[in-house]
Amino acid sequence: MADVNRGNRPLSPFMIGPYYRPQITSVLSIMHRITGVALLLAAILVVWWLAAAAISPQAFARADWVLTSWIGTLVLVGSLWALWFHTLNGIRHLMWDMGRGMEMNAVHSTGWAAVAGSVVMTVITLFFV
Amino acid sequence: MAFKTDYARVHGLGSAHEGVGHWWQQRLSSIALLPLTFLFLFPFARALGQGHEAVLALYGNWWHALVAVVFLIVGFNHLMSGLQVVIEDYVPTKPARTTLLVLNTIMNWALGAAGVFAVAKIAFSA
Repeated sequence: MADVNRGNRPLSPFMIGPYYRPQITSVLSIMHRITGVALLLAAILVVWWLAAAAISPQAFARADWVLTSWIGTLVLVGSLWALWFHTLNGIRHLMWDMGRGMEMNAVHSTGWAAVAGSVVMTVITLFFV
Repeated sequence: MAFKTDYARVHGLGSAHEGVGHWWQQRLSSIALLPLTFLFLFPFARALGQGHEAVLALYGNWWHALVAVVFLIVGFNHLMSGLQVVIEDYVPTKPARTTLLVLNTIMNWALGAAGVFAVAKIAFSA
């Protein structure tokens, strides 16, 4: 057996931090998953809000109160940023699937562009739409 | 298996035994969601917080109702396939994994259907 250390070594992604310096590549890859999964919450809230609007003014008032409360606003603003990040980072993934932008400097610059772009798009959506 | 060559046995199939179908479907839905996200999000963001009448007026418009329905269908399809990969990656035991995959399918179809029905009801009663 060549691999005598099986099961007794840090496994991905838990080596990031204590054993391995976090890099924009791995951090954004993990964030793509986290934002994708987290958007489930916003999806449930929006469907509830739409269904309530279709049912009755009373049902809508309840759903709308939750979505526009301070905690609802916090969740929706967070989801808005998650949606923009997932969208912009998704464009990077589609580019890589076509074999483009795989050089290290391109990976780094598009990564930071996705981070900056997600903040800019969140601000634009919040204040200019 | 005995009467097939090794190549014929694995042709078009990865470890998931379904080839690249799931991968391709994720890519196609993500490309479709690029314009759909803009088309759905901006009118939705404008209507949010403007009251019941504003929502009824927005989705009483045939174009916004159509965009919302397509966004919900493609969006929940994309969410379902994404969550499926996450479950397959992080849930190692077969019974728990199969249970979660079935629940994932039911949940996304239910949410998508509820959203589409709600928008259609608003659109058709406008």
